[in-house]
Amino acid sequence: MTDTPGSMTQGNADASGPSDRVRAALGLRPRKPNYLFYRHTIAVRALHWLNAIIMLVMLMSGLQIFNAHPALYWGNGADFDHPFISLTAVGTQDNFHGVTEIGSWTFNTDGVLGASTSDGVKSVRGFPDWVTLPAASPNLALGRLWHFAFAWLLVANGMAYVAYAFASGHFRKELLPTSKDFAELPHEIANHARLRFARGEAAKHYNGIQRMTYFVVIFVLGPLIVLTGLTMSPTMDSAFPFLPWIFGGRQSARTIHFICAFSFVAFFLVHIIMVILSGTWNNVRSMITGRYAIETENRNG
Amino acid sequence: MADATTSRRRFLARTAALASTLGLWGCSDPSQTPWVLNILGEVENLTRRAQRLFAGGHALAPEYSKADIAAKFRANGTLNPNTNDYTAHLANGFKDWTIAVGGLVDKPLKLSMAELRAMPSRTQITRHDCVEGWSCIGEWTGTPLQVVLAMAGPKDSARYAVFYCADPMGEATMDANGNIIQPPYYYESLDLLEATHPQTILAYKLNGQNLPVEHGAPVRLRAERQLGYKMPKYVQRIELTDTFARIGGGKGGYWEDQGYQWYGGI
Repeated sequence: MTDTPGSMTQGNADASGPSDRVRAALGLRPRKPNYLFYRHTIAVRALHWLNAIIMLVMLMSGLQIFNAHPALYWGNGADFDHPFISLTAVGTQDNFHGVTEIGSWTFNTDGVLGASTSDGVKSVRGFPDWVTLPAASPNLALGRLWHFAFAWLLVANGMAYVAYAFASGHFRKELLPTSKDFAELPHEIANHARLRFARGEAAKHYNGIQRMTYFVVIFVLGPLIVLTGLTMSPTMDSAFPFLPWIFGGRQSARTIHFICAFSFVAFFLVHIIMVILSGTWNNVRSMITGRYAIETENRNG
Repeated sequence: MADATTSRRRFLARTAALASTLGLWGCSDPSQTPWVLNILGEVENLTRRAQRLFAGGHALAPEYSKADIAAKFRANGTLNPNTNDYTAHLANGFKDWTIAVGGLVDKPLKLSMAELRAMPSRTQITRHDCVEGWSCIGEWTGTPLQVVLAMAGPKDSARYAVFYCADPMGEATMDANGNIIQPPYYYESLDLLEATHPQTILAYKLNGQNLPVEHGAPVRLRAERQLGYKMPKYVQRIELTDTFARIGGGKGGYWEDQGYQWYGGI
C-alpha cells in the first residue's frame, strides 16, 4: 500500500480507540463498519502542528507586547482620549478594578482584563499573566524578542504550506471554493447548525464551509496579519511607504493586526468545537497518522 | 496491612513529588532559559540584517501634512531632568547649553544653541512611533546631523554616533557599604548610515515653538525611521566611535542595556 492521499486500508480496520468490549462496558455504541482512509499527507500534518506551536507563541508574545499600551486607535496617530478599545483600571491606587472600555461602554473585567493577579500581587495590566509570554508583565523587550523570532517561522511555515498546496494539487482539489460550494452554502450552513456532519464517502473531502474558511484564513488573514505587523515598523514604512497608506495609518494597521489575531483565536475555537463534534479521536488521529475512519454505507448500528 | 498502607503512602508521596516536578517544568518560563535566549538573540541578528537589506539606503520616512499634526503631542520617558545643572540652564534660557562633538573626528567642536540655529535647517512633519505601540504626528525643525558631523570631519574608523543626555534615569541609591551610586544618564547610538540620513536632525522646535521641556529642551534627536527610544532628548554631547562595547552597559543605549533591540526591531 502506498502512502498517497485517498488510499485505504481494507476491512473493519479501525483498530484504534477502545475495543468493542470496552465500548460496551462504557455504555458506548459499538463501532460501525469502517475502513481507514489516508486523508492528510505527512507535509500537511507536520506543517499543521508546527503552525499550532508557532501561532501559540505569536499570540502569547503579541499579548505581552499589547500590554505595553493596551488600547487601540484608528488612523495614523493615537487619539489618547478616544481609543475605541482599551483595557484599563479604575479606582484608587489601593483599591482598583480592571475594566474593558469599548467606545463609551465600560465593562467590569476585573481579574482578567485591565487588572489581574500575578504571584499573589494584583496589578494593572491589559491581559493576565497566564496568556502572555513571558508571563511576567511588563516585559515588552522579551515579548518583542519572541514575537519577531517566531514571525520568521510563521512566514516560513505558511509559505511552505502554500508552496506545497499549489505543487501537490491540494490547493485546487481541497482549498479553492467551487461554484457548487457557493450554491450549496445555505444547505451546508443548515446542516452545520443541526450538527449533521458528512459521513461515509462525503467525509473524504472538505465541505464548502471548510474550503471557504480555510481559504480566507490562509489567503486573507495570514497575509494581512504579516503585512499589518510590518506596517508598525517605522523602518519598514520607509522602505515600503505604501504599507501605512493601504491600511489607513500605523494605528489602523495595529488595530487590524489585533482583529486578525482574534479572528485566528475565533477560528481556533470553532475548529476545536468542530473537531470534537465530528469525532474527536478520528480527527486527531487523522492529523497524527494521516488515517481517518470512513464509515461504510452498510450500517448495522 | 501496615506494610500496604506504608507503601501506598510512599506511592502517593512519590506521585505528588513527580506531579509537582512536572508542574514546575510545565510552568517554567522558557524566557529564563539561557540557550533559548541565545537562539532568540541570533534570530534578532538575522532580522536586523534583513531589515538593513530592505531599508539600507536613505529611503525617507513618510511625511505628513499640517492637517495631520496631533492636537497634543504625547511626552514619554523623562519629562524633566530636574538636576541642578539642568534647572540652571532652563532658568537661563539655555544660553550656555552646548553640544560637544568629539571622539573619532578630525576637528572636535562645541556648538551653542545660537550657532546650531544659525546652521541650515530642515522642517519635517513626521510620525513618532513609540515602542509601546502608540504614534503621534508632529512638525520638527532642526539642523541635519550630517551637517554637524561634516563640520567635525569623521575619521574613517568612525562607525557609530553616541548621544549623551542630561537626564538621569532614576534616583541615586546607596549600596550595602553606604556608597552613593549615581543613576545612569540616558544615552543612545546610531550607526553612521542612520546618523547621516537626511531626516536625522538635531531638533530644537516642535510645531513651530521652541522645544518644550518634556520633549527634550533645548535639543533632541529625531531619527524618523526609528522608534522613539532611539531619539534621545536633552542632548549635550555626541561622540563618534568604532564600538560602544565600553559605554554604559555595552549595548549601545539605555534601553538596549535593558534588553531592547539596538536596531529598533522590525
